[in-house]
Amino acid sequence: MTAARRVDVVMWLRRYGTSMFLLALILFFGLENSRFLSIRNVANILTEVSIYGIIAVGMTFVILTAGVDLAVGSLLAFAGMSGAYVMKAIGADYPLSWLVALATATAVGSLVGYLQGKTVTFFSVPPFIVTLGGLTIWRGATLILNDGSPISGFDARYRWWGTGSIAGVPVPIVLFGLIAAAGFVTQRYTRYGRYIYAVGGNPEAARLNGLDVAAIVTSVYLIVGALSGLAGFLLSARLGAAEAVGGIGYELRVIASVVIGGTSLAGGRGGVGGTIVGALLIGVLTNGLVIMHVSSYWQQVVIGLIIVAAVAFDTYAKSHRE
Amino acid sequence: MSAAILLDVRDVCKQFPGVRALDGVELQVAAQEVHALLGENGAGKSTLLKILSGALRADRGEATLDGIRLEPGQSPRDRQRLGLITIYQEFNLLPFMSIAENLYLGREPTRYGIIDWAALYENARALLADLGLSVDPRREVRHLSVAHQQMVEIGRAVAQKAKLIVMDEPTAALSGREVEILHTVMQGLKTRGVSFIYVTHRLDEVKRVCDGFTVLRDGRYVACGEVRGVEIRDLVRLMVGRDVEFSKRSRTAAPGETVLAVKGISRARESSGRHAIALKDLSVEVKAGEIVGFAGLVGAGRTELARIIFGADRCDDGVLYVNGLEMSPLRSPQEAIRAGMALVPEDRKQQGCFLDQSISQNMTLPSLKRIARWRIFVDEVKERQLVDHYRSALRIKMANSAVAVGTLSGGNQQKVLLARCMALQPKLLIVDEPTRGIDIGSKAEVHQLLFDMARSGIAVIVISSEMPEVLALSDRIIVFREGCISGLLDCRDATESNLMELMAISTAAGAQRVAAV
Repeated sequence: MTAARRVDVVMWLRRYGTSMFLLALILFFGLENSRFLSIRNVANILTEVSIYGIIAVGMTFVILTAGVDLAVGSLLAFAGMSGAYVMKAIGADYPLSWLVALATATAVGSLVGYLQGKTVTFFSVPPFIVTLGGLTIWRGATLILNDGSPISGFDARYRWWGTGSIAGVPVPIVLFGLIAAAGFVTQRYTRYGRYIYAVGGNPEAARLNGLDVAAIVTSVYLIVGALSGLAGFLLSARLGAAEAVGGIGYELRVIASVVIGGTSLAGGRGGVGGTIVGALLIGVLTNGLVIMHVSSYWQQVVIGLIIVAAVAFDTYAKSHRE
Repeated sequence: MSAAILLDVRDVCKQFPGVRALDGVELQVAAQEVHALLGENGAGKSTLLKILSGALRADRGEATLDGIRLEPGQSPRDRQRLGLITIYQEFNLLPFMSIAENLYLGREPTRYGIIDWAALYENARALLADLGLSVDPRREVRHLSVAHQQMVEIGRAVAQKAKLIVMDEPTAALSGREVEILHTVMQGLKTRGVSFIYVTHRLDEVKRVCDGFTVLRDGRYVACGEVRGVEIRDLVRLMVGRDVEFSKRSRTAAPGETVLAVKGISRARESSGRHAIALKDLSVEVKAGEIVGFAGLVGAGRTELARIIFGADRCDDGVLYVNGLEMSPLRSPQEAIRAGMALVPEDRKQQGCFLDQSISQNMTLPSLKRIARWRIFVDEVKERQLVDHYRSALRIKMANSAVAVGTLSGGNQQKVLLARCMALQPKLLIVDEPTRGIDIGSKAEVHQLLFDMARSGIAVIVISSEMPEVLALSDRIIVFREGCISGLLDCRDATESNLMELMAISTAAGAQRVAAV
């Protein structure tokens, strides 16, 4: 009896533990400092979360196939810089220049993602290695593209994508909401979503069930690449400049969001719902610690500890099933 | 049996959930003896070996080795220290380390706490020479052939001062010449005081290399004796003489059109890698409504051919006809499914199930195309209907269709996989080991399902290591041995004896024997 009850508690914590922890953090920071829950600060947190949260939605797909993409931060910078570069080249006064930049950034992101996915599947190079290479390649390519200098001087319509709002909600947050919803629906209700879980859960069985495993794996890198490109565009619009140092370290925040959200690095288990909680948790924690004047050095220590604790608990809970 | 008893096992019992694996088993091995442990699949040999090696614990029973009691709680390591060493079919070697390192792993000669490499290689060279092997002990194990890797395993046993070496189907992956070398090495070690337990399905080898034998059947001790003076036919009778456990069906009405024909499938043996055996000129035909059994030992070519038919593996040569249409051998299971095939693979957990995922996800995965709205969204209403239909048709026991497949019993998992295939409405169904590791009740149900599917006009290929199963299910039986088809049997004249002779006796001897019968 007691054993059964203990398993129940463990299972409940496994399911809702991260959400509970997030709520507890919000409560704690809210009580500590009245500014924390001000509309301004909340919008700030959410906008910050949205940029890497968009990538984290794509990363969830990648990690569900038991892969990983370390290049997202560099790709964000490269795609954002490419968009800004092309926009400059045709002239910022051109009325649809923002669209050109958006299209370029997303296309560059998709193309790079596709190439990385192909390298993983066609040459059977482990994704860790392919994207570790990508991490430095695309950062380097960003520096080469504009000789290390930022590109700025965007028009208002361009800036709107980072600083504007729709019905009072900042645009990046709206986009993040839409993309997260699309990711959720895809994973939960579509054939493609089922195939992702199948490939991640048991690639050999997936192949024997007639799935084109290589194409599915390639597609998830394309998705995360496209979303990295979009995030690059949004970040440049928010900051008013495409910077060569943009998105440094984002890969860790993105992967941490997915993992804290309960998606298994071994593939086949988890989903976008958890990732959103994970991304919010990191955003709240970072912002809360800043407001409490905890040094940024300590922030890194705290976030690292939480990642390890989340996975350790998940593994513990799994061993207690049955 | 003049020599002293080395291993004495008495009254060993082992119960698994739902199965009595061993029931009062006895086994005596004399000093300097090669002792054959015989029995069909499921007779309890593997369980007994695991209990001896310390990997499993017996519920009851006594065993002594060289007069020392084998305590029930001992680990495999403890048993190795006593001189009882087991060599499994999958070797326990470290592929990226040298032969010498593998031979003395954990017992490397040291000087001042540092490995004495010169001594290590010298010892290894001497040991290999003793075994009659001229390979450089510095070579990495992964570059060795299967036969040489096995020699390294034996060498390691010798280095551990083995008194008794247990070998589980040591010749399953060896060629004829390699088998001879193995036997010579075993004879050499025997004269130096080592005994062997030799598990094999190849009875001609028993005659050649073994001194004594013990036969198990359905987890029970049946007989033991000296090999000299025993006919292979007598051994077969001892192994198979049991109650028929499956009801045999009467042959279906005349089979229909030919659904599948393969002609001249061949594949070279790869020295390294996955394809350990060569396939030679395999031709098979399967008609609508008939069940064709693929019989043979593991590694004889039956699963290999099935995987080629299904597009899961490649072959070098051969043609495939599906419904009379010529196709080059399929390049992927995707093409096979499109051509109307379905496969229940050999290894349920590794190749069949998505253990963490729900029953409905497992069941509908390859059929999602048909139950998708606009080809994109899974129509959950249709999905539930489909799952409910097969759940009741196959009597799958489950709390609800959202629970993970990994929580089901083996029999129910197998039913989920069969349902997955049925939902594809295939013209050809290939079932590899339909009832491996599932209980008797589910076995009968699975068999009934296969009969029903054949009756509905599906062409069925059944691959099984269990002879009674092949005999009960098949209209025709194709027997594989060492990558060739060694015989065809009609269900009317197939018996366990002539089937086993085709499976287990080297081709020439088998032909003679069949001719004699």
